[in-house]
Amino acid sequence: MLQTIALWIALPLLSIAVALPVIRLVRGPTLPDRVVALDVMGTIAIAIFATYALINAQLAFLDAALVVGLIGFIGTVAFAYYAERRI
Amino acid sequence: MISLIQEIVSTVLMLIGTLLLLLAGIGIVRMPDIFLRMSAASKASSLGAGCVLLSVAVSAADIAVTVRAIAGILFLLLTAPVASHMIGRAAYMIGAPLWKGTVIDELKGHYDTRGHTLSGVGAPSPRPRRGTGPLGDNP
Repeated sequence: MLQTIALWIALPLLSIAVALPVIRLVRGPTLPDRVVALDVMGTIAIAIFATYALINAQLAFLDAALVVGLIGFIGTVAFAYYAERRI
Repeated sequence: MISLIQEIVSTVLMLIGTLLLLLAGIGIVRMPDIFLRMSAASKASSLGAGCVLLSVAVSAADIAVTVRAIAGILFLLLTAPVASHMIGRAAYMIGAPLWKGTVIDELKGHYDTRGHTLSGVGAPSPRPRRGTGPLGDNP
């Protein structure tokens, strides 16, 4: 039951949720708006990987989720330094 | 019996986490200001991803999956406030526009945007000369 719900309800909602920040990524007036949108997309990507690991019973996707979270955090911090020292 | 309870808890956690993540995505699009967007994004998204990871941990009941899920939750809860704080500070430094309905901006005039130091909050200290922050000689 859980895998059916995850496949037919959770994954479509998560794909809608990961598509919404793209609007802000394109339209965002300043650089921090785009960085925040990328950060949220990375966090939703973690949830998508975890859901996919649950559906397929693949353990390796959880490791991939951890790595994506780490890279997203480092990218956000690097963009924050870049935006602040740029002036 | 145990398996049924496990499945129900896991399903409820997964649905809650998914709806929170969808709410974070909507908040990113709909909020009028960078700071309000961050407020919608960081809290809702970290809680939603934490709920989804917890759902995976509950449904699997395997030590390898549970350890990875708990590590992911701890990592999210540690890094989301740090990243949000840094990007908010950078946004304030480069002068991101505030929403026109903003009531008060308590940091206005207190940030030295050249030296990146905070000066003169609280105690009426003398205004430091340009180039010297409260911590000493900053470039």
